[in-house]
Amino acid sequence: MGFKKITTPLTEDTVIDLKAGDKVLINGIIYTARDEAHRRLTILIAENKPLPFDLEGQVIYYVGPTPEKPGEIIGSAGPTTSYRMDKYARTLMEHGLKGMIGKGGRSEDVKKAIKEYKCVYFGAVGGAGALISRSIKSNRIIAYEELLSEAVRELAVEDFPVIVVNDCYGGDLYDEGRKMYQNKLKGINLI
Amino acid sequence: MKIISSETISNAVRYLIINSSVNLADDTYKSLEAALKLEISDAGKNALEQILLNAEIAKMENKPLCQDTGLAVFFIEIGKDIIVEGVNLTESINEGTKRGYLDGYLRKSTCDPFTRKNLGDNTPAIIHYEFTDGDKLKISYAAKGGGSENMSKIKMMKPAEGKAGIIDFVVETMEIAGPNPCPPNVVGIGIGGNFEKAAILAKKALFRKIGEPNPDEELAEMEKTLFKKINNIGTGPMGFGGICTTLAVHIIKHPCHIASLPVAVNIECHSHRHGEIIL
Repeated sequence: MGFKKITTPLTEDTVIDLKAGDKVLINGIIYTARDEAHRRLTILIAENKPLPFDLEGQVIYYVGPTPEKPGEIIGSAGPTTSYRMDKYARTLMEHGLKGMIGKGGRSEDVKKAIKEYKCVYFGAVGGAGALISRSIKSNRIIAYEELLSEAVRELAVEDFPVIVVNDCYGGDLYDEGRKMYQNKLKGINLI
Repeated sequence: MKIISSETISNAVRYLIINSSVNLADDTYKSLEAALKLEISDAGKNALEQILLNAEIAKMENKPLCQDTGLAVFFIEIGKDIIVEGVNLTESINEGTKRGYLDGYLRKSTCDPFTRKNLGDNTPAIIHYEFTDGDKLKISYAAKGGGSENMSKIKMMKPAEGKAGIIDFVVETMEIAGPNPCPPNVVGIGIGGNFEKAAILAKKALFRKIGEPNPDEELAEMEKTLFKKINNIGTGPMGFGGICTTLAVHIIKHPCHIASLPVAVNIECHSHRHGEIIL
């Protein structure tokens, strides 16, 4: 199956066309945030203060890259585990966030919010940080520089490879994949 | 007596850290290649292909395999005929850790547990010492990422639960872990000892080379059983579904209290960054 190419910011039309298991290439601007940046963003929202970037239609990538060497755009930049951001994800979706990129399962509440707000959760391949960095064409810190690797960055990406894990219809690749391949191993030795 | 300078130790540590963050270990690479041949799920195969391609790119571009370059974990074996000259052994390992993470442009991940403020140089390293005969200093290193470590578990089981109970606990731990610890995983299991000993043994079990058999027949049999059961969960590479959820299961056991049956499961991601140097 081929890849679907999409461009950020995401519209509802783009999101409703994505189904769990679809391979997708993302183009455009995405933003990075991890645990502490999420905590700060949701505090700003609670206090009705402006955010470092407009969330409308945007995609947040859960990543804390390695430091770039001289001449490099970015260091190794694969996804971190997403459930740590579950506590904050609904609030961001309520305020316009359309997509999240990470790895690993989400809470029932986040999956519900993905349906309610017509959003999408993409999985990138964890531990493929060198490969993924090739899709990142620019990297600029826009907030919380003191958080070092965890600062909020604006990244321009080209054909950033992901797979749809949770779609806006309640589809869940992790659940479906596991069910499909349960008890399929027949006495195989991997080594 | 053999004298080793602390500077030699720091340099060896620095090398181990930088090298293993960029170059996927041979045993890991081979087992991932074997997994790709066996995997039957398309999405799972695709993930394994990306993982293997990533290893090529990391090597070629001298770039870390993964952005989570881990906490630095060491198992040190110190021969009784060794004297370390200069700063003490712990300090020399921490100095090497600092240099490795700074010079290698690796991510510094140690932070204060409450303020979450990054400490900036990835120290302190986590170091376990064992004292041996002879005049060798063996430094075994692993970069342990947070994603897989977070899904690890320890359970003080009842002796009556026995081997069957242990197998159920390990499989359940891997089911709950699902896609989070970047499967296919290496699963290290420590059985026995006490609360902290089981956890250290589980970590130590990860250091055995993939493909190297367990010298204890009973444990080797248990590893095979677990290997099949875990790969039948269906999680697959990166959780996208498939039959390759673990690359290897490694068990170490140790005598324990008559009242106890401690079991620790330490999960390791597919990057499985490790290396050793003997000085």
